[in-house]
Amino acid sequence: MSEPEPKRSRIAIWLPLALFGAFFALVIWGLVRPADREVASAFIGKPLPQFALDAATDGQPGLSTADFKVGKPKLLNVFASWCVPCAIESPQLDALAKQGVEIDGVAIRDRKEDVARFLATNGNPFQRIGKDDLSEVQLGIGSSGVPETFVIDGKGVIRYQHLGEIRPEDMDLILRKLQEAGQ
Amino acid sequence: MIAELGLAVLWMAAALAVLQLFAGVVALRPGGAAMTGLVRPLAVMQGALVAVSFASLITLFLETDLSVKLVAENSHSMKPVIFKLAGTWGNHEGSMLLWITIMAVSGGIVALVEKRLREDTLIATLAGQAFVSLGFYAFLLLSSNPFERLPEPAPEGAGLNPLLQDIGLAFHPPTLYVGYVGLSVAFSFAIGALVTRDVGPAFARAMRPWVLGAWIFLTVGITAGSYWAYYTLGWGGWWFWDPVENASLMPWLAATALLHSASVLASRNALRAWTVMLGVIAFSMSMIGTFLVRSGILTSVHAFAVDPERGSFILALLAIYIGGALALFGLRASTVTEGERFSLFSREASLVFNNVMLCGTLGIVLLGTLYPLLTEAFGTKVSVGPPYFNPVSAIFVLPMMAVMCVGPLLRWRKDKPGRITATVAIPALLFALVLLAVVVFAPAIRVLPMLGIAIGAGLAVGSWLPLRGRNLRRTPLSVYGMVVAHFGIGVALLGAASESAFSTERLAAMNVGDTQTVGPITIKLLNIEPVAGPNWTALEATVSAAYKDGAPVTLHPQARTFSSPPGERTESALHTRWNGQLYAVLGNEGEDGRWQMRFWWKPFVPLLWLGGLLVALGGVLSLIGRVAHDVKRLRAEGKIAWRKTRMEQVK
Repeated sequence: MSEPEPKRSRIAIWLPLALFGAFFALVIWGLVRPADREVASAFIGKPLPQFALDAATDGQPGLSTADFKVGKPKLLNVFASWCVPCAIESPQLDALAKQGVEIDGVAIRDRKEDVARFLATNGNPFQRIGKDDLSEVQLGIGSSGVPETFVIDGKGVIRYQHLGEIRPEDMDLILRKLQEAGQ
Repeated sequence: MIAELGLAVLWMAAALAVLQLFAGVVALRPGGAAMTGLVRPLAVMQGALVAVSFASLITLFLETDLSVKLVAENSHSMKPVIFKLAGTWGNHEGSMLLWITIMAVSGGIVALVEKRLREDTLIATLAGQAFVSLGFYAFLLLSSNPFERLPEPAPEGAGLNPLLQDIGLAFHPPTLYVGYVGLSVAFSFAIGALVTRDVGPAFARAMRPWVLGAWIFLTVGITAGSYWAYYTLGWGGWWFWDPVENASLMPWLAATALLHSASVLASRNALRAWTVMLGVIAFSMSMIGTFLVRSGILTSVHAFAVDPERGSFILALLAIYIGGALALFGLRASTVTEGERFSLFSREASLVFNNVMLCGTLGIVLLGTLYPLLTEAFGTKVSVGPPYFNPVSAIFVLPMMAVMCVGPLLRWRKDKPGRITATVAIPALLFALVLLAVVVFAPAIRVLPMLGIAIGAGLAVGSWLPLRGRNLRRTPLSVYGMVVAHFGIGVALLGAASESAFSTERLAAMNVGDTQTVGPITIKLLNIEPVAGPNWTALEATVSAAYKDGAPVTLHPQARTFSSPPGERTESALHTRWNGQLYAVLGNEGEDGRWQMRFWWKPFVPLLWLGGLLVALGGVLSLIGRVAHDVKRLRAEGKIAWRKTRMEQVK
């Protein structure tokens, strides 16, 4: 080839690297972003949907939306007897209950005798437990797995969503969110 | 003992990779010719050692050696043998070892068989392969040692996630991995060609079988994964645009584009810079996909896989390899000459169109996958789902499929529209007729499925037209491969569009003895009883299903409960007919003793996966054709060389 080559656009050549740089910056931010995010879910700030669930176990009442409109913040814990992380978080829930936090539960796709066995083994921090066989309430409050824990304020509005099990190091965060919801 | 052997050979292989890189770099410098002979044997030995290491890990899993941490955490002595085997790669460490094994073994094969490429380009390629492997060796040996022992052997293993205890899923990840990592060879070839400024047809021909092979595995992996999601998740859907799915789709899109542009480079010596670029992009997409899945940066809802340390490690590897390769591209691309020119109406031009559309699709999938993260950076949290992906990808995909009917008919370099008008009229007419029929008989369905059915029908027929007027016995196998693959795309599109347009669903609470209908099917619940498997128990329904007035068949949907580790999974039951599929799911028992049951009738949905397999089959045919052609040529060249020496001896 003796004829001179056409000059290629310099910018186009570096474009892929620039795009990769942008991607890199974004995911670096994603990795180091603070774990405590102000907005964790589209459901934060929304009232609970209307529901009335039957009792998930004998000897404890079921759960409905009205149970949250009592003027005092509560925790709503989504759990299941077949879920291992739910058993792992039970000491933390018990500790919260001992400190006077009111906790209501929603048992997902569960059987009464299994729930009873789960509570007998892992302790029972709950005041009321609703039975959600079709995951209706679970989906209605934007929860996609078990366990998840919601802070609900005294007017029945979702204030915070905690994904996964509550670990000992999460206790302060949960208490702080409860306090904020009470203000 | 086996664990120590596995670890020792892994370290040795890593050391050989260092040597391979060093020897390669020295060999490429002036005066380094003495090192040239070392690179190939090093690559072969490195591949062999890693294979031994991976075999050691498989042995540990098959024996359920509970003194090894990885085995204790991911296996169980009661598990069926096939899932013990699958347990080897069903976890982070094992899958990374599989990754490095595929990478090193393919490097070894390149070193053994590649004869067409210029020697310095090949040395640079192998050095590149060693450089990329080193990052993954470091990852494995420094932060994810699969052979770590426990201080005390565990009494019993923790088991494998129930969702993963499925024969389809046992082989789905390794299939995808072969595809992902196979692209690393293309990446290394691209690096090699950039380093020695040797971007030409020989480079494309050397790279092409590797891209084709990786692409076949990706195609099979994605098809199988989609079918697995369809029948085990129990939602009746087949593609969810989940980040994990997108992570496998993006390398496939890039590899598809690369495959086509490499063909242009191999036959026409055009699209040089673009092909090298795609060679870099394809493997980059594999790494980015792996990073997105492993770092948990996007799937934070399912928090079990999140490990920031590992995420940062993979990210560092991304920065070095992708950033480095793109920088090298930036530095060298201006010296890569444009190559041969072609007219706007030519096969090259249609392939460029296909490439642009594939890259456009790739771009919107990547954007959609990262978008939640992007908006979160600006303070709002959104989720991106089918309402974005389906229409936006259709903008790129549907025109591309229309061009697929035309492109293969065109001549290289320059063609006249008049030459192919009559031929193209066949699929065009079919498209118009089918569209008209759908509009008249099923006006209620949405625009995209409607277009999908019409274009799918046109493509399913139009894909065969390149064979028209050819001597079928003398047509190269690779042309058949192209035809079958394009036909498969048309078939898959028909299946997908039909599923989305005509599916019917029935959700019912049933007593034993009750009857329900879904679409043309009548269903009767006959019985519900508990059954037990090796490591699970289940409630199993017996359902009879009759198509119109035909004879009933019996189905057994199950709700399974696994014991180790505990978990639940629905086992849907499928009944496949030529014109559709019945999908039955058993739910829970209601308060009133009735059973929640869910049924779908999905007309022509099996075409979707049949199409996927046809696409892969097309790839296999092409690969066989290309490799056979290469072998023939090498033999012929060998014979000529042998005769020459014979002649000289005679003289």
